[in-house]
Formats: sequence, structure tokens, C-alpha cells
Amino acid sequence: MRRAAIISAGLLATGASPAPAAEEFGDRVRGELLFTRQCSACHMVGEDAFNRIGPHLNGLFGRAAGSLADVSYSAPMRQMGENGLRWTPDTLDGYIAAPQATVPGTRMNYRGMADPEARGALIAWLRDFSDMPQNIPESPPTARRVPEGIDPAVLEIAGDAEYGEYLASECTTCHQRDGSDRGLPSITGWPTEDFAIAMHAYKADLRDHAVMQMMAKRLDDEEIAALAAWFATLD
Amino acid sequence: MTIHRRTFIGAVAAGAAALSAPMVLGQARPRVVVIGGGCGGATAARYIAKDSAGAVDVVLIEPSRVYYTCFFSNLYLGDFWELENTAFTYARLAADYGVNVIHDLAAGVDRDARSVALASGGRVSYDRLVIAPGIDFVEGSIEGWSPDAQTAMPHAYKGGTQAALLKAQLAAMPEGGRFAMVAPPNPFRCPPGPYERISMVAHFLTTHNPTAKILVLDPKENFSKQTLFENGWEQHYPGMVERIGPDFGGDNVQVRPDTMEVVVDGTVEKVDVCNVIPGQRAGNIAALAGLTDDSGWAPVSPDDMRSRADGNIWVLGDASAQGDMPKSGFSANSQAKVAAMAIRGELTGSRVFPARYTNTCWSLIATEDGVKVGASYEPTEEKIASVESFISQPGEDAETRKLTWEESVGWFNGITTDVFG
Repeated sequence: MRRAAIISAGLLATGASPAPAAEEFGDRVRGELLFTRQCSACHMVGEDAFNRIGPHLNGLFGRAAGSLADVSYSAPMRQMGENGLRWTPDTLDGYIAAPQATVPGTRMNYRGMADPEARGALIAWLRDFSDMPQNIPESPPTARRVPEGIDPAVLEIAGDAEYGEYLASECTTCHQRDGSDRGLPSITGWPTEDFAIAMHAYKADLRDHAVMQMMAKRLDDEEIAALAAWFATLD
Repeated sequence: MTIHRRTFIGAVAAGAAALSAPMVLGQARPRVVVIGGGCGGATAARYIAKDSAGAVDVVLIEPSRVYYTCFFSNLYLGDFWELENTAFTYARLAADYGVNVIHDLAAGVDRDARSVALASGGRVSYDRLVIAPGIDFVEGSIEGWSPDAQTAMPHAYKGGTQAALLKAQLAAMPEGGRFAMVAPPNPFRCPPGPYERISMVAHFLTTHNPTAKILVLDPKENFSKQTLFENGWEQHYPGMVERIGPDFGGDNVQVRPDTMEVVVDGTVEKVDVCNVIPGQRAGNIAALAGLTDDSGWAPVSPDDMRSRADGNIWVLGDASAQGDMPKSGFSANSQAKVAAMAIRGELTGSRVFPARYTNTCWSLIATEDGVKVGASYEPTEEKIASVESFISQPGEDAETRKLTWEESVGWFNGITTDVFG
């Protein structure tokens, strides 16, 4: 979805009708189905929701992790919340993708949702059960800005994988070269376009993470393409 | 560039409708009529008039001769400002920008004939219409309250006279008396507004009636800047403010204007002043024009604020179902500029850029203790969505809060100039 939005942002330059400047996180209808199938065994939302095996998810967005009373969270989850982890569309995305990697020791016995579009759909649906910005302007966003100004041509730069291998030594101090995710997302085997989009989004401060923003700002378009090419070859 | 009527009509598909509208004959310029002279309407009128350099005839229909800002009216309650500091006239819009200001009430809209009926009996035709009427109250929203009770229990949620009334009632409270507020359900104009009001009332009482108490009855669990306000009340006005939320009956409230009592979950409480802020809907003219839906608000296109019910009409500000943007003067002004650009583009062929929307709400908690919340918004396919926000932090130092307060005064001066010229 993001790819199409960027390409149509490029079309804007040629005088075609404007692309939306932001996109919803995903398809709510699909999100509800996913919730019913994968989450509702432990979690509830909506008017009659209460804490069961897992906490209810009303008011989830903006809430500190592990902060509801009367829920037996794991100690690591409580600790994360006390250390400042708040549930936002971005942090939830990371957690749902790989719960044990993001909060090691969490009691949430779920293997993770690998498909980013599925996660987006689920997040879009869950967002409606928390305070809305119309009433509480400081509440978390309900859409993601489409990275404007990424010329499609930038995404098409054929990266020099050998150069990418050299540049990658900076990345593999945190991200595992073998593709495993222990506390940090796996970055191997990504389609080059997705990799480049993510790095450009960090570079433009559109994606939130102080370290990644700093890393991305040190790379120019060619270097990002090179890294994308290199990491795509690993699995 | 002169727009001739024939050229213009030739360019517009609805040519027949334009010819049959009463006042079009003899009109050389396309006309935009704006209903409502608040932050949304007055901004739209001014921007269309000034940026079209006379190519578009702009009519503004507004019953009040003086506009009292809702925003910062709480400062008058708190004894920081005079009521006159919030007063603005339409003189400059008329004299400097050539806006034809008609002080009358819009009584109805004939969308087929494209004309607005005035309460005094005339009609004004339009090529494009902007409706920015603010809010009206939902009937029966607070049991026991109706508009004829607003002297006994003021809402003071539309600027000016009611604010003066509420202030007078506050000043006349007996020693150790009780000020009650019935806070509104979502969505309502100015999310932090009622809580800034509590802060300002507390400030007034601390000086003039320090043993008086404040009772807030709230159907909502959460509100904007909640931590900041609650910390502030604890710090500046300890023991004065009690808030009853929905868990303890805040959503089960009845008021008795004749006896000055409120009933909370069956318990009767005597009060000396009662500020009732009822549930809200779009200003009535939007409903009369057939532009609102079951929610009570007017759905609009996120790209330019055009009504989804009528391609010739724009709805701005509080009255619109404006997605994630809060109902505020800042939002209305932001939306008005997008709408003005779109309308001018349609009528004169001027350039139209992608919509940019933003909002910041400042609140004063106590002397030189100001806080703010803001966000930036982008249109999606479905609505205007919030993509990023910021908010003052608890525990900020006094210097930061003072600067926030000072910047809010700067904003007030800036926006009122932007709106009224």
C-alpha cells in the first residue's frame, strides 16, 4: 500500500490527481476478523470488555505498557512500561510482529503476526477503541504520513551490494546478520524497495526512533540502495 | 482578470440554476456567501476577498455586531483579562477588504435556487456557499436544562454576554459557596476549554472567596491535558476542585435551575453557581440546509472541506465532521484557508495546493502557568487524520510554562488579526 502511495506521489509531479498525504493503518474490516481469530481467546474490546487472560484493549493507545490495575503482567512487561514504553501504532506494530523479541518474558503466548499489512489492519481496528484526537488532541495518531518527496527514481537506484556489505558493518552491531530478531527487528531478506522506504522514512523523521533516524541521516540515496541490495541477499 | 457572468456560467455545468436565482441578474462577479462570522467564516471571507483582488463578491452574514472570542474568554473569568480584550468588530473586513457584511440571521438555504433566506425577510443568492455557524446545543442533553434556563444556569459556551453573566454570578457567590460545572459529552468545542475554565474559576475564588469549592460532574473518563490540569489544580488550588467522573455518577446528572440543585446518581447537591455545558451539534443552519447526518455534524471532504451533501457548499469549523481535528478556533481558521483556496480556484482559476491542516490549543492553569497541545493533520481517503502530536510535559519548569503562556498571547494577537484584519 505504501509503495503505491509513493509512486502516485511521484505522479503528482507530472500533474495527475493528488495522492492522499496520509494513509490509514489498514483495513478495519480485516482487522476485526484477525482480532476475532487470533486475539479474542485472551483479549476483549468494546463496551462490556474486562480483563481476562490478557488485559482488555480499550484505551490501549497512549497507555503505558503493563499499567492496568488488576492484571498479572509479567515483570518484564511492567518494567517496560515503567521505563517509558507506551503503546502507539509504531510500538504496537513491533510488539505484535514479535512479542517475545520485543518484550522478552512477556506472558503473551503468541508467535507473532508476520504480515505487516495484517498488523496494520489490526491496529486500524483497535485504534477506534481508544480516545480519538478530535476529543483528546494529544492521543496517538490515526494515520501514517505518506513519505512525500521520495522520488520513485530514488527507489529504483540499483544498489552496489559489495558497497552495501561494507556499510553494513555499522548495522550488524545491533541487527543480527543471521536474520534473527533478538530485541531488534530482522532486516535481512527484505525486498529492496521496502528496505529503502524504511530508511528514507527514518531519514526524514517520518518514522520514529532516535537511533535509526541518526543512522539514516548519515546515508545518502546511493548508500541506502547499496544496503538494501546487500541485505536482500541475506536470509 | 474580469469574470463576466456569461463566461462564468458557460464554465459551470449548473448554468440553468444560476440563471433562475433571483439576485444573479446584473451580477458581474461570482459571489461567495459566508454564513457565520467566527474564526471559520470570517477567515474564509477575508481570504477569498483579499486573495481574489476583487474578482469575487463576498457576502458575510453574521447576526452579532461584535464577536467575542470563546477562546481566552476563560481569562476574563479568571480576572486576567477584561471582556473587551476578547471583542472584535467586522469594520475592517468591510472597509479594508470589501466584504459585504450583513448583520442578520440566516433563516434557511434553498440549495436548488442557490439562495440564503434572511430572518429579516430578504434573500441573498450565491454561486458558492460557506457555512460556519459554530455549535448549537442538543435538546435534552442535560436533564432539567433547556435554553430558557441559561440565566439561572449559564452555559457561557458562546462568547460574550453569557461570559459576563457567569462572571457576575461567580463574584456574587456567598462565602464558602459552591461552583458546579456539568461538563459536556464528546465531541464538543474546545476539548481543554471546560478544564481551563475550572482553573480560572479556581484562580478567581482563591483571591476573592478562598473557602469556596468547585464541583465538576463529568460524563467522560478522560479529557485533554488531564494530567497537566490535575497536577495544576493540586499545586495551585489544593483541596478546591472535586471532579466526579462516570464511575461515580458523572454520567447520571440532573439539574434543577429553579432550586439551584444538581442530582448526581440520585444524590441531591445544593449549588450556588451552576455552569451547564450541554452536548453539542452543528449550528442549526447546517441542519436546516440538509447538510448534517445522524451524528448532528456536517460530513465534508477531507481534501478541501466541501460538503459531502452539496458540491456548491463548504462547511467549516465546529459544525463540520472534521475527522481528527478538534473543534477549535485554530482548526476553523486552518480549515477556512484550505476552503478559501479551493473556492477561489474554482471561481477564478487560481492555483490550488494540497491541504495543510494544523491545530494548537493553549490553556492557562494559573498565573504564568500555561500549557499546550497540538497536532498536525493530513487528509486520508476517509477523513482528516492526526499524524503527529505534541503536548506540554508534567514537571516542566516554571520558565517553560511562562514562555508557553506568553506564546499563547502572541498567538491570540496573531490569529485575531488573521481572522478580522
